[in-house]
Amino acid sequence: MEYKAFMIKYAEIGTKGKNRYLFEDILCKNINRKIKKLGDFRVRKEQGRIFIDAQSDYDYEDVISALQKIFGIVGICPVMVTETTDFESMRHDVISYVKQAYDRHTFTFKVDTRRNDKTFPMTSMEVNAELGHDLLVAFPELSVDVHQPQEIIHVEIRRQLYIYSIIIPGPGGLPVGTNGKGMALLSGGIDSPVAAYMIAKRGVEMEAVYFHAPPFTSERAKKKVIDLAGLVADYTGTIRLHVVNFSDIQMAIYDNCPHEELTIIMKRFMIRIAEELAKKNDCQCTVTGESIGQVSSQTVFSLCVINDVSTLPVFRPCIGLDKQEIVDIAEKIGTYETSILPYEDCCTTFVAKHPVTRPALSAIEKSEAKLQGTIEELLQKALESVETILCRSRE
Amino acid sequence: MEAYFDNAATTRVAPEVAEVIMQTMIKDYGNPSSLHIKGMEADAYVKHAAEVLAKELKADEKELVFTSGGTESNNLAVIGAALANQRNGKKIVTSAIEHASVSAAADYLSELGFQVVTIGADKQGHVDLDTLKQAVDTDTILVSVMYVNNELGSVQPVAEIAKLIKEQNPKTLFHVDAVQAFGKYRIYPKRTGIDLMSISAHKIHGPKGVGALFVRDRVKIKPLFYGGGQQTGIRSGTENVPGIAGLSVAAKLACSDMEEKMAYVAHLKEQLIRGLTAFENVESHSGEAPHIASITFHGVRSEVMLHALEERGIYVSAGSACSSHKKAVSSVLKAIGLTGDSLESTLRFSFSYDNTEEQVQYAVDTIGELLPTLRKYVRK
Repeated sequence: MEYKAFMIKYAEIGTKGKNRYLFEDILCKNINRKIKKLGDFRVRKEQGRIFIDAQSDYDYEDVISALQKIFGIVGICPVMVTETTDFESMRHDVISYVKQAYDRHTFTFKVDTRRNDKTFPMTSMEVNAELGHDLLVAFPELSVDVHQPQEIIHVEIRRQLYIYSIIIPGPGGLPVGTNGKGMALLSGGIDSPVAAYMIAKRGVEMEAVYFHAPPFTSERAKKKVIDLAGLVADYTGTIRLHVVNFSDIQMAIYDNCPHEELTIIMKRFMIRIAEELAKKNDCQCTVTGESIGQVSSQTVFSLCVINDVSTLPVFRPCIGLDKQEIVDIAEKIGTYETSILPYEDCCTTFVAKHPVTRPALSAIEKSEAKLQGTIEELLQKALESVETILCRSRE
Repeated sequence: MEAYFDNAATTRVAPEVAEVIMQTMIKDYGNPSSLHIKGMEADAYVKHAAEVLAKELKADEKELVFTSGGTESNNLAVIGAALANQRNGKKIVTSAIEHASVSAAADYLSELGFQVVTIGADKQGHVDLDTLKQAVDTDTILVSVMYVNNELGSVQPVAEIAKLIKEQNPKTLFHVDAVQAFGKYRIYPKRTGIDLMSISAHKIHGPKGVGALFVRDRVKIKPLFYGGGQQTGIRSGTENVPGIAGLSVAAKLACSDMEEKMAYVAHLKEQLIRGLTAFENVESHSGEAPHIASITFHGVRSEVMLHALEERGIYVSAGSACSSHKKAVSSVLKAIGLTGDSLESTLRFSFSYDNTEEQVQYAVDTIGELLPTLRKYVRK
């Protein structure tokens, strides 16, 4: 069947009181931006729902797939639209809809009618009863259940007739752009793109930072992070990726600090730099893919010592997830295959064979003090030489 | 300065090669199988290419099959010869330093029930001929040994190998992967006793995606592809006319003044090895081939050195690629007995006649500057 429209269901937005219209406007804008390449569509708000009217031919699968990547959408209902206004044709349309929309006609149902056109000569209840009866006659194995129907056949009488019943799940969450902006630390691994996705899902716009350390990390590793940002951008919209050249800082740490503390101290500097970039770019938080206990720098002790340098909140949505749970999300959102490409980083030079797992803040601060006098200039240089890359969704 | 020392990976297409490719793409674009004049024109390029290769190899045009490159040529030779001759025996002999397109094809044959014997190599990357000789018996249908090893540049005595194979079993076929040797050495497979020989265009300033397999007259191989029966049925599929025309021009180019060019390339290689081994803890494992140098920089991971050189416009290859997750250690370096640090610290420099002494000097100087710094930052 060729659907001429989609009705978009959203849940949480509806609970946002007076700000509701703001949320709806942003959702409409996000939908528009995402689907405009796929055809000529009109997106409109109407009585707590959003309708997308197709005004040209389009590819159904492509549009559904695009809509399923827009946070804030809970369900997508493909709608049959006809020019019908008289009741006799309406009977015919509803039967034709049910015939085409379902392969098997053995479910329980009810008809739920709304009249926007109040001049229509029958009440909603009357229409429900009549159409229900028609469907039972047309499909003898259907049965009516008004309390817990398996399918609700929605009929809306407007200038045109809208019929829909199938709900395709959306990604849920809140529209990106309704909840501030975050700076995600992307490493090229599995966890950080998932973290960026999860925070964006709550409506947070995303920028990202990557620490490039040539010659210890390769151009391919950088390209991989750019690709990952592009994949996350399918959900978040274009991501500005800030590439920081971290080599000199890494080498200074290596030269001056105990080897088993390198990773912790490196991460503290990464957070410091990410925060600087966050503030410069109007982000209210930073986002990392850390998960308790995954590696030595992610023990609770290490996390505390790393966290100590932050002044903005650091959001770590993967914190309580097992590796497999993170992998499952990565596979679902399509970043996994890219994340496991083998040039993750050549940074192993800077990983100690026996890193500390219970670092003491005082000890780490003492080690860092040895960098005073050199590190300030290096930090400034790193921040001044940031390369910003726009990572767009390729869809 | 830019210095491309990765010519064993691929080479720049020569302008005269690019020209003929362009010509066959936009002007003489016919299908060689078409009956009309356009088809005939295209077919002429294929025929001419066969003639050129036949002349350089002192073979017959009918003994050449055009393929999609070295990998296909090696697969077609190894799998095709094994499948076509399995009634004579089930044993395949190959070496531990072969290119993956030979060793993985042999693995596939062993899955099919063939017995695959792999012959080891010494520290210099030379296949052990005594063991090889012992391995060839009445059941052996194919021996596959490469001419020039792609990672080390070691050269196998293929004529000697051919002789000892035929002494053991005249029916045993001998395949030579000459992808790194063609254009560097004059090779006459028929005179040498080679039955099958693979070559590739993009190692000799030709395009990627085209190569050839020499199949000595009356040697039976089973095709990998089935279809329209082009190339006497050994390799169905419309001929890659632009690629084949490009291969032909590249082959002619490589074989003209080859001795002079290779003497020059060998000189560059010597200059590099001399320069680099003057530094402390730098070791050469380079073989005899004029264009390949294999150098170990102890205490520096090869990928780090590679990327440091890349930043300075110098392009080389790492025998082993490693990452924090997976270690892909070169099987060739392992086979010649390298261990530990040497396995992870070896780079390949491969030359072409378009490299210069200045480039080599630049690389030597750059590495001299880099070594102390890079050696400082090691995992503790």
